[in-house]
Amino acid sequence: MKHLLAATATAALATSAAFAAGHATEVKLGVLLSFTGPIESLTPAMGAGAEMAMAEVSGNENFLGGSTVVPVRGDATCVDAAAATAAAERLVTDEGVKGIMGADCSGVTTAVLANVAVPNGVVMISPSATSPALSTAEDNGLFFRTAPSDARQGEVLANILREKGMGEVAVTYTNNDYGKGFADAFQAAFENAGGTVTLSAAHEDGKADYAAEVGSLASAGGDALVVLGYVDQGGAGIIQGALDSGAFDMFALGDGMIGDSLTDTFGADLDGTIGTAPGSDNEGGALFQEMASAAGIDGTSVYAGESYDAASLILLAMAAAGSAEPGDYASKIEMVANAPGEVILPGELGKALEIIAGGGDVNFEGASGIELVGPGEAGGSYAEYAIQDGALTVVGYR
Amino acid sequence: MDLLNAFVALANFVLVPAIAYGSQLALGALGVTLIYGILRFSNFAHGDTMAFGTMVVILVTWLFQSWGISLGPLPTALLAIPFGIAATAALVLGTDRAVYRFYRAQKAKPVILVIVSIGVMFIYNGLTRVILGPDDQRFADGERFIISAREFRNLTGLEEGLAIRTTQGITVVTAVIVVAVLFWFLNRTRTGKSMRAYSDNEDLALLSGINPERVERVTWLIVAALVTIAGVLYGLDKSYKPFTYFQLLLPIFAAAIVGGLGNPLGAILGGFVIAFSEVGITYAWKKVLGHALPESLEPDGLVQLMSTDYKFAVSFVILVIVLLFKPTGLTKGKSV
Repeated sequence: MKHLLAATATAALATSAAFAAGHATEVKLGVLLSFTGPIESLTPAMGAGAEMAMAEVSGNENFLGGSTVVPVRGDATCVDAAAATAAAERLVTDEGVKGIMGADCSGVTTAVLANVAVPNGVVMISPSATSPALSTAEDNGLFFRTAPSDARQGEVLANILREKGMGEVAVTYTNNDYGKGFADAFQAAFENAGGTVTLSAAHEDGKADYAAEVGSLASAGGDALVVLGYVDQGGAGIIQGALDSGAFDMFALGDGMIGDSLTDTFGADLDGTIGTAPGSDNEGGALFQEMASAAGIDGTSVYAGESYDAASLILLAMAAAGSAEPGDYASKIEMVANAPGEVILPGELGKALEIIAGGGDVNFEGASGIELVGPGEAGGSYAEYAIQDGALTVVGYR
Repeated sequence: MDLLNAFVALANFVLVPAIAYGSQLALGALGVTLIYGILRFSNFAHGDTMAFGTMVVILVTWLFQSWGISLGPLPTALLAIPFGIAATAALVLGTDRAVYRFYRAQKAKPVILVIVSIGVMFIYNGLTRVILGPDDQRFADGERFIISAREFRNLTGLEEGLAIRTTQGITVVTAVIVVAVLFWFLNRTRTGKSMRAYSDNEDLALLSGINPERVERVTWLIVAALVTIAGVLYGLDKSYKPFTYFQLLLPIFAAAIVGGLGNPLGAILGGFVIAFSEVGITYAWKKVLGHALPESLEPDGLVQLMSTDYKFAVSFVILVIVLLFKPTGLTKGKSV
């Protein structure tokens, strides 16, 4: 028995050594997004964006000796922390992923970070978790995000409303970490800018009827209703209720509400509505959209570019560290993301790998013009949307 | 001070929604109360029977829409209701034959039938989700408003708007018709009278030659019609999602018990009591009071008794209060 055990152990050691020594090894990356749940209409483009970066790098001779990159998808569900944790656990322990591109919603991201990423020492880069609370979460240097904190988006949205001369607004937010954090940040910024928030009330997702919520918001009154929720869930129900009862006809929306299903449902009823979502007008954004449409993906979809950037950062950091082990490459992420170095735009990952292989330095700008600040999060650039003639249009960047 | 605007705001946010919601609850509660009075158990599968009936109506509506059949300004779903009722009737009669009859033959206690109905609830629950899935479904079409808030404002020149959705109008009209037909049936027809007799005193009814099987069958048929109509009205007016139908069980039971179980009039009264309490207690009265009171007395706060998150708690509290002080309900029903 002893001999058998020893023999098995030796064999196992030998094979793993052989794997490590082999040239074309396989690096698995997790794509943990909410393919079901409240933001399911956004995630297909996000997942495709991340996988585009992986396909670009996979097999490149300068990437860990020509290793292939294999994406493994997991469902983060957006709302069910236990399910998201189980999915992440599967990615890390069964599939052996070396890094996770995800998760997306703030609540599940916090849970996965605390329960899976930190205990297992796996790097996580979220393309869309925007809760201010994640800035201070315990992460052992393993967590990054290519989306900025909502504290910043709250300021931007508040400034736009003030510039449009709105003095009083009512706020409703989806009752979770994202909604609460965003609403608090918005209220603080709006009041700082001299405005008044008449009521800041939560709404639950998945109810049949939001007449009661709309009733109290209408009672509080205001020039506009600020909806910080999800477009496939309560957020749309609130807007429906407000339009039906004639309580508000001017809306201001957070990033979770910017989606095509919004205009598909309400069309021109929402004309004049404004919104913000992360986005930038840098060269990279346009390049990414070209690449995406060539690949048959909707590159304008919210967070698709950030997802590409998140996956790219993991891959470039691996190349810079010369290792796919999270412990080795985590410290390189900020290095490849920030200046100094050659500016890298979408589609130029091959060039970046060549520079890194030659010992040079890169400054990955990507689709969102990413620059990591503070505790490893994007500094933030926002697109200002307006609904004109029943269509979502970008009217500016700030 | 502006009483007219105050009344319009009140009507827009409290009266109209509560009357529509109350009618939907009343139809649901009538079904619960009929089963309780005649079959003598609390049917927990009620909400999911509603979900099933509505599902059939939705599927038939989609079929009609694909054929290009429509009712003009009215929702196509109204045309599909008879098909929903037929399918639901087949389902509940089948369930009665396969499940409930077995326990009735054994003279099982009501509490056992309640547990059995919970099992049936899970089966229906799964059935709906397998066929149509757990998601929101939209099936309303036709004209959306009888009068929209903007039209009302332009028409009257008032500051406040009053919106009445087509579905709210249809809900109230249908509820009135259904209730009238039901009461005519119970009070005027031979079968209806035999049902009341069976409900009042089973032994005497049997002695006088009433066929219990027939009474039970007719009861299930009426219940199938009531739940399908209530479910379709609720789905048209709000939205269809199997889980919210399951949740409706609570306000429906509260309505039936508050009104007095086994008493059809009580079920209607209970439906409106619950609906008005839910909407009234969670409504922020600032706007209405702001119009109604002189300027010096205008409230600064929202004047909201309870946050809207506690909507369901209102049904619970009313239920507890009624059970504590008047266990037979507001009208004279059977005690629980």
